Amino acid sequence: MTSLRTTFRNNLKQYMMLIALIALVFAFQFLTKGVLLKPMNVSNLIFQNAYVVILAVGMLLCILTGGNIDLSVGSVVALVGACAGTFIITWGWNPHLSILLCLAIGILIGAWQGFWIAYMRIPAFIVSLSGMLVFRGLTLIVLNGLTLAPFPPAYLGYSTGFVADLFPELGLFGVRNTTSLLVGILIAVIFCITQVTGYLGRKNKGYTLEKVWTLVLKMALISPAVIWLFYILASYRGIPMVLIIVGIVLLVYSYLTSHTVMGRHLYALGGNEKAARLSGVKTKRLLFLAYVNMAFLAAVAGIVFAARLNSASPQAGQNFELDAIGSCFLGGASAYGGVGTVGGTLIGALFMGVLNNGMSIMGISSNVQQVVKGLVLLAAVAFDAVSKNKLPFNLPRFGKRSMEGKQTLES
Amino acid sequence: MAKKLLEMRSITKEFPGVKALDNVNITVDEGEIHAVVGENGAGKTTLMHVLSGVHPYGSYSGDVFFDGQLCRYQGIKDSERDGIVIIHQELALVPYLSIGENMFLGNEQMKGRGVIDWHKTYQRAEEYLRIVGLNEDPRMLVKDISVSKQQLLEIAKALAKNVRLLILDEPTSSLNEADSRNVLDLLLRLKQEQGMTSIIISHKLNEISYCADRITILRDGSTVETLDNTSDEIPEERIVKGMVGREMTERYPSRSRKIQQDVALEVKGFTVYHELFTDRKVVDDVSFKVHKGEVVGIYGLIGAGRTELAMSIFGQAYGTKTAGTILKDGCPLELNSVPDAIRAKFAYVTEDRKGSGLILSNTIMHNITLPRMDFVSNKGRIDKDLEKKMADHYRESLDIKAPTVEQLVENLSGGNQQKVLLGKWIFSQPEILILDEPTRGVDVGAKYEIYQIINELVEEGKSALFISSELTEILGMCDRIYVMNRGRLIAEFPAQEATQEIIMNCIMQDSKGEIGA
Repeated sequence: MTSLRTTFRNNLKQYMMLIALIALVFAFQFLTKGVLLKPMNVSNLIFQNAYVVILAVGMLLCILTGGNIDLSVGSVVALVGACAGTFIITWGWNPHLSILLCLAIGILIGAWQGFWIAYMRIPAFIVSLSGMLVFRGLTLIVLNGLTLAPFPPAYLGYSTGFVADLFPELGLFGVRNTTSLLVGILIAVIFCITQVTGYLGRKNKGYTLEKVWTLVLKMALISPAVIWLFYILASYRGIPMVLIIVGIVLLVYSYLTSHTVMGRHLYALGGNEKAARLSGVKTKRLLFLAYVNMAFLAAVAGIVFAARLNSASPQAGQNFELDAIGSCFLGGASAYGGVGTVGGTLIGALFMGVLNNGMSIMGISSNVQQVVKGLVLLAAVAFDAVSKNKLPFNLPRFGKRSMEGKQTLES
Repeated sequence: MAKKLLEMRSITKEFPGVKALDNVNITVDEGEIHAVVGENGAGKTTLMHVLSGVHPYGSYSGDVFFDGQLCRYQGIKDSERDGIVIIHQELALVPYLSIGENMFLGNEQMKGRGVIDWHKTYQRAEEYLRIVGLNEDPRMLVKDISVSKQQLLEIAKALAKNVRLLILDEPTSSLNEADSRNVLDLLLRLKQEQGMTSIIISHKLNEISYCADRITILRDGSTVETLDNTSDEIPEERIVKGMVGREMTERYPSRSRKIQQDVALEVKGFTVYHELFTDRKVVDDVSFKVHKGEVVGIYGLIGAGRTELAMSIFGQAYGTKTAGTILKDGCPLELNSVPDAIRAKFAYVTEDRKGSGLILSNTIMHNITLPRMDFVSNKGRIDKDLEKKMADHYRESLDIKAPTVEQLVENLSGGNQQKVLLGKWIFSQPEILILDEPTRGVDVGAKYEIYQIINELVEEGKSALFISSELTEILGMCDRIYVMNRGRLIAEFPAQEATQEIIMNCIMQDSKGEIGA
């Protein structure tokens, strides 16, 4: 029981954000008179936010290494889109090979930035600010300032398409796309099976066990939610291809951060670089890899985004870095590094996405939307800071004394 | 009889779990140089913090009278208004500001509100520079003048604040012989010319007997005595006796000594260069041996090069340039990185558990398993259940007081954090433990437990290198003791032959060259 409470307290911020997200969804569902969760709009939400989620996951790893951010991702998205456009539209290369080449370009960009940040010790802020200018400039050079369009269907299929329906005639439960519903049920079943086998495995090995009711509760909450999501998708055109890409990214990176040695080292590096180094963590290499990975995911996002626009535009990807950074902080990542999860980041990105989408449906002007998004970000982080430090709200008056308190502790 | 400038009456200051000051009394007369001496942790710095308002009025008991007035300082600003200025061991100058700007930092020479009068700033800066005997252009940046000149600048800065009582915390710890002499002579000159009163805190007893009029000795947070040094010079041995002469009670758990003949670790001709100034040696040609089942102590004052030595052995974790050989069980080793050292079964328990030891934002479990993730993982995949079981084992065996291993380390007390730090390195299954100040900032009870843990480890046949600046602890725990000073090992004693006086004298003899007292 105490263990559960500790886990709960350590992840308090994430649960709070999840509750806030659910509340937000209900609020917009009400305010938009049910439009928000209409099958078509849910598909739209996925298309609109896929690239943000991909970028935010990459950004999370950078932030974990010690609050380092990458300002260049928007430009990298544009450059990769421009390369894809040039290869496929102008030069007529094979789309599949072109995509692989674009991903390789992303890795090269990451190695360039990672080298300066990790091995030359130049602040990430500066290196990526430089990258933001350099890669935007290269995009303009590659495209010669023009927009390339349209892409061939073979390229678009990777991200704007839907998974084909295997049983078009069946119409199970009256949905349009039976395959999607079946996939949803399958995922829910697999989830339950892994939970139960994991539980039994721990029991056999004699490890400490969670209470059975928490296990049941977990399954009872998550499985219907998954099935419900796929039911809605099935009611429209099925599973968007991009959802599969996002799903793989989320699975791979949540596994990496929570279950691998490398992920653990990442948290250690961000939590205390000196201590991590003295514990045998290869800190420089890890920092380097975080930036290589960021640019790789930016390349993935670039390919997805170019397909969504169905064009390679020199203006693509502007301010994407801010969406990605905002999602991470909204999802509970610490600006000092070492704290944050993939799940939290997903929640943060969805929060921003729902906020955008809901306000757009309500017809609120985009000027006002920006103000609201900015204030929400500040409110979320400020709430965290206040609840953590238990600072009194009349900060200036007590500021001096709290400083002295700190000195007392240190001396 | 001179007028009493300062009187501190029965000052008691408690930190959570520790009584840092216990009924301390001290009086300082106008126009004298008063020295405060004591071992590390005796409460010197805390006492000065009480005096200067860093520990605000009300957070301690007892009274401070300055110039006959009861002081109720809430911060340094208040004490500076009365003319009490403290110069810290680490100089507090801004390197990229000029000498003049630094001198009047927080005390700016202004014309009107908030507008700096540069003419007045530099003219007055020049006057104060002349008083302390510095011939520099006040427009020069502080980063471009030497450390000894910076120390003089600090004194000039204090003079510019109309100082009535100057407190110097280890003013010569980073200076060489001639520069130290220079600073002390300046203090003597200011005393004669301006009748300035100062309190000097120092480990260098020869300097103390050179310049101090009276000497107050602190031990374990209490005043032992105040010696008069005006008429005839007090022998340094007398001061040492006052500093360390305490009863040794049962503060150290006993262990069955099973020292084996085999040498576990041998270090030969080890030299370490400074991490920034790579031509400066911080450790100079050090050689020593540690047998299996032995606790070997390295005693030295802060800055003797102990940590640099330890970290360099541990996979060159300090600086970039080292020379010398390390032999483990008789075989020479190349330890070029920390992972190398960990694999060779070395463990280094750092002196700075918050700065470089623990990841405070992580759980107890994650901290404990960090050095050897390979013990709880398979091809990069962590077995979380095994990890939890291992962490739980160490939580129980080390008696870490926390409900679960999922507790964040930042929420633990200092003693428990220290146990997590030890647990982390015991988990790494080391054969050679380098313990750098393993009981720093830990209360008496937890200290005893930590000693017990160390004893258990060496009883299993492991070896420990025990670095400390607390002499009693070294004497209580070690089988053999090396004395380190200025980067060199200057003496070696079996524990039975060593006494506090012998070791302190040893360091004093070695430091004699530093100043001709």
